[in-house]
Formats: sequence, structure tokens, C-alpha cells
Amino acid sequence: MATEAHEDQAEIRGIGHSVKRKEDARFIRGKGNYIDDIHLPGMLYMAILRSPFAHAKLNGIDASRAQAVPGVVAVVTGELMAQHNLAWMPTMSGDTQAVLVTDKVRFQGQEVAAVIAEDPYVAKDAVELIDVDYDALDVVVSPQQALASDAPVIRDEKDGQTDNHIYHWESGDADATDRAFADADRVVSLDTFYPRSHPAPLETCGCIADVDGATGQATIYMTSQAPHAIRTVFALVAGLPEENIRIVSPDLGGGFGNKVPVYPGYVVATAASLLLGRPVKWIEDRSENLISTGFARDFHMHGELALKNDGTMLGLRTSLLADEGAFHADAQPSKFKVGLFHVVTGSYDMSAAHVVADGYYTNKAPGGVAYRCSFRVTEASYLIERLVQNAAYELGMDPADLRKKNFIRKDQFPYETPTGFVYDSGDYHGAMDLALEKIGYAELREEQERKRAEGKLWGIGLASFTEAVGAGPHKDYDILGLKMNDGAELRIHPTGKGILKISSKTQGQGHETTFAQIVAEEIGIQPEDIKVQHGDTDNTPYGLGTYASRSTPTVGAATAMVSRRVIEKARKIAAHLLEVAEEDVEFTRPTFSVRGAPDKAVTIQDVAFAAYTNFPDGMESGLEAAYYYDPPNLTFPFGTYAVAVEVDRETGVWQVTRMVAVDDCGVRINPMIVEGQIHGGLTEGYGIAAMEQITFDETGNCIGSNFIDYLLPTAVETPRFELGETVTPSPHHPIGAKGVGESATVGSPAAYVNAVIDALWPLGVRNIDMPLTSAKVWEAIEAAKAPA
Amino acid sequence: MTQIAVTVNGTRREADVEPRTLLVYFLREQLGLTGTNVGCDTSSCGACTVHLDGESVKSCTLLAVQADGREVMTIEALAEADGTLHPLQDAFHRHHGLQCGYCTPGMLMAAASYLKENPTPTEAEVRESLEGNLCRCTGYQNIVESILDAAGQMSGAKS
Repeated sequence: MATEAHEDQAEIRGIGHSVKRKEDARFIRGKGNYIDDIHLPGMLYMAILRSPFAHAKLNGIDASRAQAVPGVVAVVTGELMAQHNLAWMPTMSGDTQAVLVTDKVRFQGQEVAAVIAEDPYVAKDAVELIDVDYDALDVVVSPQQALASDAPVIRDEKDGQTDNHIYHWESGDADATDRAFADADRVVSLDTFYPRSHPAPLETCGCIADVDGATGQATIYMTSQAPHAIRTVFALVAGLPEENIRIVSPDLGGGFGNKVPVYPGYVVATAASLLLGRPVKWIEDRSENLISTGFARDFHMHGELALKNDGTMLGLRTSLLADEGAFHADAQPSKFKVGLFHVVTGSYDMSAAHVVADGYYTNKAPGGVAYRCSFRVTEASYLIERLVQNAAYELGMDPADLRKKNFIRKDQFPYETPTGFVYDSGDYHGAMDLALEKIGYAELREEQERKRAEGKLWGIGLASFTEAVGAGPHKDYDILGLKMNDGAELRIHPTGKGILKISSKTQGQGHETTFAQIVAEEIGIQPEDIKVQHGDTDNTPYGLGTYASRSTPTVGAATAMVSRRVIEKARKIAAHLLEVAEEDVEFTRPTFSVRGAPDKAVTIQDVAFAAYTNFPDGMESGLEAAYYYDPPNLTFPFGTYAVAVEVDRETGVWQVTRMVAVDDCGVRINPMIVEGQIHGGLTEGYGIAAMEQITFDETGNCIGSNFIDYLLPTAVETPRFELGETVTPSPHHPIGAKGVGESATVGSPAAYVNAVIDALWPLGVRNIDMPLTSAKVWEAIEAAKAPA
Repeated sequence: MTQIAVTVNGTRREADVEPRTLLVYFLREQLGLTGTNVGCDTSSCGACTVHLDGESVKSCTLLAVQADGREVMTIEALAEADGTLHPLQDAFHRHHGLQCGYCTPGMLMAAASYLKENPTPTEAEVRESLEGNLCRCTGYQNIVESILDAAGQMSGAKS
């Protein structure tokens, strides 16, 4: 069986190779399989009636006209759901949320009733014929209104809830921070609002619930980034035995956090399928997606930075108001009420910090999710990076110099922050130096001087972010008690090909390619020979899913570890084939050889065949393993972004003329995919900085309910990006990778905004809240012109 | 119900449709051509772009009856019948011009139509031509590079 080792074996396309994506073959031919592409025999269609009021008492629902429409099979109301104890459901943060309203509506767009019909058009027609009797109530649309003593109580159905306050949360050391501030020469402060935005994946949410009345088996096709967690939640909500629930998350047309929570539509469709004995499909339209599903941010921030006159940072104080909407459905790890916001000291070495946060109910949509960010690190990064630039100008320093003076140095890692994170590794000076070099910072500053002399508004903005991703270690990170650990199973077939089953769920990140590359790196089977299975809870190991840049830190690690387990067994089989002791077998992928006799060797493919055909006595046949990974720590990607803008004084229109992004996400598995992730994040960051906002009028009407009002960047205004990289491996991750999906959305908004503020600084402009629409920029310029 | 006859991807298809049926639902639900996606319902995003008599249109903004007697081409017919990819499909793959894939059929159809109008566009022209097609994943940069590359391939092949 032993074969000669081939010196000219094809290079294994493992880590560091820009392998073209396996996923593309179906997508470029229009052969993707998204939720709305799935059609089951006998399928019914569901449409949801939503509340036109933001806050109103429900007096009654008359569905008789809707029931009478030919083709309507059923109308589901809160009353019917209540009979089955399904009118309310738990949220990801342990609160409750109405599935269909029974007492009063609490936000515009809330689910009031659902029509199930033979045809989707008929279902929508019938929704219009449901008569609902409401009494409008006073409305709360901001946390400032919510905390007023005379504010209407939104969650009056909750025992003991006498106001709109949800939580108070603190992190860091208040006394130490007070002492740091007492030592300061200067305190720079900033009040800024990080507006409500929406992830708005191009595909909306939806599901097809298929409950078999005979077997009790519920197969639910669902747009879910976290199918395993959803299965457990469904078992808890509906009381269905968990083994009878199968969640299948098909191809997802983007997610960005929007497809993490459980939405009422999923529960109603499942209940309807259970009651009617037929599959029920529910697909949101775009307006429903924007007005009712997981928004992001909506965070009012006050920050104070204490410094010495020489620029030394001493401490940071922040106080925060979170607008959580009508139900607290914010998908955050249980312990951390405002997520990982306490990473707010960012890339800087300072001795003290204190974070105080309060969350409030308002009459707005629930479901706060981290739109392409790890649990509010975006808000944190934005606040510190804005503060640092303002501090630099107030001290008369260059913002690059102030950052470099205070960066945590390379030799300080692992570095414990004043709020308790232990940063794994970093080289902040290296990333910044590269960004400044790439953009030609010194020359740009000179050019800015010349342009300013000509009366032009030119700005340069920097942001040096540090993220906290890869949640996480079991002692600190859980959602609803489920520890944030993830699994991988690897099976090698007799012919030397394999299947990797993972708990994460790709939404465009390319897991089918990247994770196969990790296996290739570890065991020497080419990535095209490893099929990657994901999204089907019956056929993948348990795990908490894909969001918060956690797939590579958790599932990527599990994949490396399970590959090593497979190699442990493969080594024993190789020893048997080579007729030597296991200790005498060396593995240099893809070849096992005899120590000291490298010509005597077998490949992993030989071993795989032997695992089913010629294994030693006493050994189990087969070549497979499973691994659940509990990360020892988070990972901390970082980078520096540099933006140059030109602002038109007369119109407020601003254009990005340069955008340089230097990212350090540790080891890059597939550089092409990493760069694609960064491009996408830089674009969504630009959208957030420039145009994306879900707003409400004073009566709680949602403005931003379609792509005409909720603006997304097009190819025309999206900047051309210039990328750079440094590589500082994570010391605790098996392959040194840190995760990258969200770095650019986290880091870039502050860079864009800092650039515009830099342009307007000489006029006296100190802050404009995002999004920096041309109208807002123009108003800021005009206000600065006006005599004080 | 109204009877229509539409040539879809080279095959004449006769069907009864409700007058209000949108072209995209006719293609997806009645003909089973699910490659064309729906993203926004307001003709903002372009995920539903197909060709009508050779020009790109947003099939969520047309009624099926408006296609009566005309020719529709969808993403399913962009590659050759023998499976050979269109140069745009090949370029999107090589340049990582897609991630989740949801906008991709619309992007490809819009670009295929545009390159017929302007076979040798500049980067700025390509960006302008994509104004009606939204992508949330890629930041457009690799899409633009894909289209420029395909344009080069196609015009090179002709010359």
C-alpha cells in the first residue's frame, strides 16, 4: 500500500490562498436556493396585517369580510394564538414580545393578524378587508421621552413594570475614573447620537413552516443566521419536542444581523401549519422588513476623555441611553446589556474608564441587532474615535500623533483594559503607519493647507479601531443561557474526499470555500474535495450561528481542531499501513512518512481508503471526528482607516476622494474573500455615515419604510477603496485568525465623519450627527456662518 | 384572466394570468424561473432585472400582460445552452464580484444589456450604469472590475 512520496504534488490550497468560491457556481447561473424559491406541494401563503398606529388599545378585530374572500383558508388573530398559549414569545434578551396583538399595539407595523390563503395575492387582498377597532394612545418615540415621569407606560402588561425603564448597566471603575479626571489638564466631551439604521439585506426575511400532523415533525425553512439557537427557542416557545423540529436555513440573500432574531411571522406561520396541516409560506415585503424587523443602534452617547496637556490620555467616561423599541429583543450576550460597548477605550492605553447605560422602551420596532457589528462595538469605536480627533484639535495636535502617543504598544499585549477585556495581540502603530504611508498623509495635509487658503473645504479623517469579536468563552458569553460555543464535524470518505458539517451559516461570507481551506491546510485534502454543509439543524452540529464576526474565531477554530482529531486517528492507520510504531510516523500534509525514511510514505487519501478497507484489529472503522470549540478569549481585530473628503460649501454635498483601509484580522484564510468582506463593510459604513437612517415622526410613524426613503449607497457614490494589511496572529486561535466580517462597518463611520468634521473644523463645526446628509452638512455650515 | 404569449428564453410560453400579475411573479411562480429575485417592490434595487426585447427592465415594475407578444430573457439563459458561461458570469466568479448572490442575476442582466450599448466603458460609466442595481455585500468594487474585465474579453473577442 505504501507509495512513493511525490515531490511534485500539487500545492495544497489551504490558508493564504485566494481560492475562487465554490458558492459562485450556482449563484451566477441563477440557481441559488433562497427561501422564496422553495415550493412545497399544497403550500399556503400568509400575509400579515400590521398596525397603522404606534400605540393604541385594541378593542376588537372583525375578520368576517376577509374570511369570505374565495381562497382564504384562515385568519389568525391574537385571540386564536392565545388559545394555544402562543400570543407572546420570549425574545433573545429574555423579555417577551407579542406574536399577534391581544391587548394593545406598541409600535407602528406591529403584527395584528394574519391571513392564510391559497394564493399570495389573495392573502394580501384579504388583509385589507380585516376591520380593526383601535383607540389611539399617547406615543413615546425617544428614550428622553420614555424616561419622563408622566410618560405612558408601554409595557403595562408586565408585572411590576411601572415605567419604561428596562435596565441599568455599568462597567469599569467609577472611583478610579473620577481620580483620573481629577488629574486631567483637559476634558474633551462629545454628545452624539448613533441613529437607528437597518441592516436591510437585499433578501427580506421569510419562512415556510411544514408541520406533519401524522408524525409531529416540523420542518421550518427559515432565513436564519442562527438555526440551532432558533430550534431551541422554538422548542421552548411552542412546547414541541426538539427532535421533531428541523430548521433549514437555505441560501441567504445577506443577513448583517437582520436574520438573527425570532420574528412573529415565523411563529404564526408555524402555528398555522400545525392547525391546518399544510405548509405555510410567509415572505416579508421590503416595507415590512424595514418597519418591523431587527433595527440597529439608536444609541444616545455622551463621552468625556480626560487628558494631560501633552496629550496623554488618562481616562474615559461615558453615559448612554439605548432606545430598545417596544420589546427588548436586543440580541446581546446575557451578561452585557449594551453588548461589548465597554470596549470603548479602543486602541488606547489609559488607566481608567467607566460606562453607564440605561435602556428604555419606546413605541418603535423591537429587535435591536448589531448591524454588521459585534454587539455595539460599532457605537463604542465611533465614540472614542470622534473624541480622539476632537481632543487632538483642542490640544493643537495632529490626530495621527495623538493616537500614536496613546496607542497600546506592541510589547504590552496581552493587554488588560480598564473594563476587563484582555486584548490578545496587536500592532496599532504598524497599521497606522501603513495607512498614513498609503494615503500620503503628510502630503495630503500640505495640500489641505493650500486648498483651505483657496477657500475650499477639504478634510482628512482617521479612525484606528479595535474590535472585540468571536464571542465567546463559556464563562462570560451566552444567549438565553446557551453558551456561545460552536461545533464542527469532519468525515473523510473512502475515496479521500470529505464532508465538513459546521454550526455557522453563511450569508455570503463564503464558508463553503473558506472552511474547506482550513481543512485543506490541516489535513492536505484540496478544498474542492471537501463539501461544507451548513444551515440544516438535522445535519450539522450545534452552535450559535453566524453574526458578530464569530464564525472564523469559533467555527474556524472548531474546524482546525476537528481536522487535528482526524489526523490523530489517521496517524494510527498510517502506522499500521507503514508497519511502524505511531511515534515513528511524521505528517507533512498530505503525506504520512516514516521518521528517518521519508521515502516510505502514504497519503491522507491512502489512509482514508484504509480506514474503511484495511484498518488494524481493535480499531473502529471510519475516519471522522467532532469538536466543540470553547474560545479561551475573544479576538481583537484592529486597523486604521484614512479618508479624504471634499465638501461643497454651497450645497453641503461631500465626496470621498480617497479611502485607505488597513486591516489586521490576524491570519487571512482566503485573502480574496477577506478583501471582499472589507469592501462590503466599508460600503455599509459609508451608508451609515452618509445616508442610512430609520426615523419616526412625533406620532411614531416610521419614515424609512422603503428604499426610496431608506437610502442605500449605489455604485455611483460608493468610494473606490484602497486596502492594506498587516498580520498579527491571534495567539490563542488555532490558526491565528481573528474574524473580519464586520471590521470595516465598525471602523469606517468615524473615519468618514472625522473627515467631514475636519473639513468644517475651521468654521467652528464640532459635531454633526449621522447620517451626514448634504442637508445636515449645509445646515451646519450655515449655522457656523451665523453670528453667535 | 388574460391570455398572454411570451417568448421566454427562446421558448414560446402561453399562459393565463391575472391582469395585475407582475412580470417577475409570472416568471417565478408560473414558469418556475426562480433565478430572478425580488428585493424591494419599488423598483429601487434591480434584483429583478431581466431583458425585454433585449433591453434590461425591472420585472417587478412591469405587468406580465405588458410582455405579451414580446421576448423575455432571464438569468437562466445567460450562459450558452452547452453550459459555457457568459464572459460576465466568468468574470464575476474570477473577480469575486458576488457574495450572497441575491443581487447577482440582476447585476449580470443589467451589465449584459449595458455592454451591448457601450462595449468599452470607463469605470465611471460602469458605475453610472449600475445606479439602479443595489448590492449590500460587495461594495460594488469587484462588480465594477468584473464588468470591465468582461467588456475587455468581449470586445477583444470581437476584434
